[in-house]
Amino acid sequence: MSALPRAHELGLIGCHICGLVCRDTQVADAACPRCGSALHRRKPNSCARTWALLIAAFILYLPANLLPIMRTVSLGDVDDNTILSGVIELWVKGSPDLAVIVFTASIVVPMMKFLVLGTLLLSVHRGTNWARAQRARLYRLVEFIGYWSMLDVFVVSLLTALVQFGFFSEVEPLPGVVYFGLTVVLTMLASMSFDPRLIWDCQDEDD
Amino acid sequence: MNSPITDRGQIDPALSSPLLICEHCDTVYRRRPLACGDVARCARCGAVLERHQRISLNMMLALVATVMVVFVQANLWPIITLSLNGEQIHTRLWGIIVMMWNAHSQVVAVLAAGTLFFFPLCKMLALGWLLIYARLGRRAPGFRQTMVVLHYIGPWTMSEVFVLGVLVSIVKAHLYFDVTPDAGVFAYAALAILITVFAGIDVRQLWDKIPDTEGAA
Repeated sequence: MSALPRAHELGLIGCHICGLVCRDTQVADAACPRCGSALHRRKPNSCARTWALLIAAFILYLPANLLPIMRTVSLGDVDDNTILSGVIELWVKGSPDLAVIVFTASIVVPMMKFLVLGTLLLSVHRGTNWARAQRARLYRLVEFIGYWSMLDVFVVSLLTALVQFGFFSEVEPLPGVVYFGLTVVLTMLASMSFDPRLIWDCQDEDD
Repeated sequence: MNSPITDRGQIDPALSSPLLICEHCDTVYRRRPLACGDVARCARCGAVLERHQRISLNMMLALVATVMVVFVQANLWPIITLSLNGEQIHTRLWGIIVMMWNAHSQVVAVLAAGTLFFFPLCKMLALGWLLIYARLGRRAPGFRQTMVVLHYIGPWTMSEVFVLGVLVSIVKAHLYFDVTPDAGVFAYAALAILITVFAGIDVRQLWDKIPDTEGAA
């Protein structure tokens, strides 16, 4: 046994909900004695669920970026903005620093989630030992920053509610923002259903 | 080894804590007392195992009460005011939600209502409920279910993202209009700070800190 024993080596299970350390009774439908949730050694069907949610998120991510998310009407002048054109407008006319924040939240973070979760899933399938500590850190990063992507959805909502002057000026949400909101929710669900324990489940050779 | 684990249904509270399993890689550790400011990290994957909890249950209850007060203000007061030709539009959270619903973006309205209103509200009410009973030295009715619900709604509260959203909206709207941040936005900023304080608190400690008196009887 290594210096850092893992739960299954000691016949233990940690409850995923409340964290209680339980003895692994090998019963199929064991429940946590403290919180009553089902006990699992690993999150059930972690890879399949994560793949499904990630692919669904990616499908919705295309219209989210290609379709406009917001329409600005000003004295009869209609202007449709996509996520990227909104960032560019902010960069050119407003403040470049906020443009960087919006760009990070709306474009970098979702793209990073697809790349990171995709990489994690592929490497788990291959059972590789490659860069495990770094992969674990990437996963924690994705979990931590994931929900900041909702930023643009809130901005569109706020502007819609704010700018309501009929013919003079009006902001309307367009379907892109709905797709984008769903993408964020699906990527959050995907990162929650991925089990980072799988990263460490291949053969322990180096420790 | 001296295992703290008992079979289903019987847990000795004194023994429920000496071991700790890393949530990210399943490594088993023996718990050590942490000094103020200490953070225990997993030696294998680097994830945080446990933080020293300097906030007592009473302080937590006070914090929850504060958040509730600020939350009410953040919802009642207008967040941003926009003026054009003497006409003024005040925006409140629920105004935004209703507006999005009517603008054929019901999905967004539901998301905003959930992540900015219902989930934060449920979280605070649930914590308040558990902590009020904790002051009386016992577990609240429905303790177990409430703790499980708290675990699930945890990641779905997004008030701090909204604060940043308000900032971006003000800058964007400022290109064309006369916008002024209203009292509500300061309430939201306070809320964001309080949420950050909350982020360091591990709600799971309530399992250990509020003993199960009925279960032992």
